[in-house]
Amino acid sequence: MRLVAAAVAALVMVGVADARTWRIRAGEGAEQALQTALIEASPGDTVRIGRGRFELSSGLSLNVDRVTIRGEGEGRSILSFDTQRRGAEGLLVTADDVVLRDFAVENARGDAIKVRDCDGITIQGVRVEWSRGPNENNGAYGLYPVNCSDVMIRDSIARGASDAGIYVGQSRNIIVRDNLAEFNVAGIEIENSFNADVFGNRATNNTGGVLVFDLPGLPQQGGHSVRVFDNEIVGNNTANFAPAGNIVATVPAGTGVLIMANRDVHVFDNEIADHGTINVLVTSYRAEFTDPNYNPLPRNIMIRNNAFGNVGYAPVGDLAALAQLGLGMPDVVWDGATLYSVGGTPRNESVRIVMRENRSTRNRTGSFLSLGLPVAGSPFSEAAPDPSFPPLLALAEPEEVEIDD
Amino acid sequence: MIRALIAVCAVLACVASATAQAPARVNDAAIMAARPAATLSAYGFFRDAGAREPTARVTPYDLNTALYSDGALKFRYVYIPSGAQAAYNDDGVFEFPVGTVLIKTFAFATDMRRPDENVRFLETRLLIRRADGWVALPYVWNATQTEARYSPIGADLPVSFSNEDGQAIALDWHVPNVNECSGCHARDGELTPIGPSARNLNRHFAYASGEANQIGHWNSTGLLSPLPASASPRVPNAYDTNTPLADRARAYLDVNCAHCHNPAGPAHTSGLDLSWSQDDPSRWGVLKRPVAAGRGSAGFEFSIEPGHPERSILLHRMASTDPGVMMPELGRTLVDERGVALIRDWIAGMDADGSASERN
Repeated sequence: MRLVAAAVAALVMVGVADARTWRIRAGEGAEQALQTALIEASPGDTVRIGRGRFELSSGLSLNVDRVTIRGEGEGRSILSFDTQRRGAEGLLVTADDVVLRDFAVENARGDAIKVRDCDGITIQGVRVEWSRGPNENNGAYGLYPVNCSDVMIRDSIARGASDAGIYVGQSRNIIVRDNLAEFNVAGIEIENSFNADVFGNRATNNTGGVLVFDLPGLPQQGGHSVRVFDNEIVGNNTANFAPAGNIVATVPAGTGVLIMANRDVHVFDNEIADHGTINVLVTSYRAEFTDPNYNPLPRNIMIRNNAFGNVGYAPVGDLAALAQLGLGMPDVVWDGATLYSVGGTPRNESVRIVMRENRSTRNRTGSFLSLGLPVAGSPFSEAAPDPSFPPLLALAEPEEVEIDD
Repeated sequence: MIRALIAVCAVLACVASATAQAPARVNDAAIMAARPAATLSAYGFFRDAGAREPTARVTPYDLNTALYSDGALKFRYVYIPSGAQAAYNDDGVFEFPVGTVLIKTFAFATDMRRPDENVRFLETRLLIRRADGWVALPYVWNATQTEARYSPIGADLPVSFSNEDGQAIALDWHVPNVNECSGCHARDGELTPIGPSARNLNRHFAYASGEANQIGHWNSTGLLSPLPASASPRVPNAYDTNTPLADRARAYLDVNCAHCHNPAGPAHTSGLDLSWSQDDPSRWGVLKRPVAAGRGSAGFEFSIEPGHPERSILLHRMASTDPGVMMPELGRTLVDERGVALIRDWIAGMDADGSASERN
């Protein structure tokens, strides 16, 4: 009963015409007050989180459209899940046009912030973090919109995720800009998604900096039209700490950009440097699959006008064999696959990989190597490496992503 | 002044007698009111304050295989307003008319080996069919078991009991808040019932009027539209060992997992479909790689690896109570040991292509 009284006391409502502001203060009863506000809010309302640490025992959830959750800043308003006992994520959002701003989610037992099946989500100035640093027992995803349209993630921070710090999956029309992703397995990952602009971000000290993936067997696949530009993707050399079985557990430490399957991915005007294994890896999906509608090949991939720095000084995984062959590690590796098979039936593709006008601190243009693996998933023992640059074909750049405010 | 006081007293007396003497019929106006009633008794579903004796037209039912909820006893009823009826279909939950209420009470007996004695009600959940869709309303029982109050933000109730093996169990029973309700009860983003489908209702029930098949009874009492000539589908009781093991396992997964893991459910983005009707083994997990399992994968590669329950992610997550790993994500604090044993046996005996031997 005292808890309820405290909850009422902590929850002060300020009514303004239709939209209301719910103010939640830290302290006793705050958890109940916060979850109550998230349930009883009406569309258009704002839930203000005060300063301080909010210790939460259960995952929070919001299922009301057009609600804004706003704190006093990612360093001041902290939703702490140190003692979480229930719920698969810190905060789950299942409503449209929600805005999350200026607070932090720390140490969620599962994912930090998951946004599912939404049309319109803005995450700005939010920090998600596992404070003990890289650890396989950290939650999988930091900022995690899935099956959403019009996704804006900006000026936010993701640290310590055992899968991806910023992960946008099976979504459409996406902007990921001006964020910091560090000490995650994958810094930023765009997976099975259509039309994404990833720019102005800093991805550092992850296992892999920026990943653009497409996987089989999912409701939305055939990822395409992704632009990765003006990012600082440097020093992603953290040992992979993802639990095995997850696709990112296969990412070699020391990877800058990894493009797997997908079409129409353009990587340009980035700084991509200081990677022990590889600056840019372009590969097919190599595991077996049964999905007849899936295409495991990356195609129409443009790598241009990037500034490459040191690379390949401590290669990990299959690519380490290249170093043993006495081949210097290039900036960009493509597996070379133009064929794949579905249920024993071979299919081929005109796969266009273009590399032009890049710079490197090691050589004038950046270096390239095709592994010459003809079929998606061929064993590396069948590699026939070829360092000659692919033809300079014109590839149409995906259109700029626009999201209305 | 004195007259006014007397008038107030008279009104109070009226209110008091109304609460003490529950209405003999269901209060349709309370069901359809936009604002949930503050107390369960206001709906008039039960003749007694303890909600043991249903009012006329409030029909009890059971399911062939039920969701595991820490072993709680469950008392289920359906109420369909007079003059309306549910529409039968073979595949999913029946199409219930506006004004329908599905009533489910969760309870524990002090000693679960004697489930009829010393039964404590914890909460009663109502799913009400309104004109614009279903709403979920949780009601929490008081300590004296005389009333349940509406509690939209849920509650945590300390519970202790002896389980079927006589083992002392203490747990915090979590009454879900309305958002958590829709974490399971959602289809294409709309709140929806899970249990009352033809396949799960197709069984006998001991009515006051005698034993009868539930679907037949619903039909003959006017709750359900005319039935097709063909026999209704049926999922087995997951623990009826007269039934093939594979069917029992799929029945278990259908009821315990498929409310989320279906193509229109909250877990559709995983690509895993554990519905009874899914016949492609790769869709229900055989050699299916995880998508967003995180540490839920436990380092294993596949949801189900035939012959290897010890390496199957699905079983690992059933056997966990860690909130970042466990499945289902909500609704239990204990491991369903019987369910885990069932799924372990099934995966252990599974052929490489996902087909199972005929053993029971």
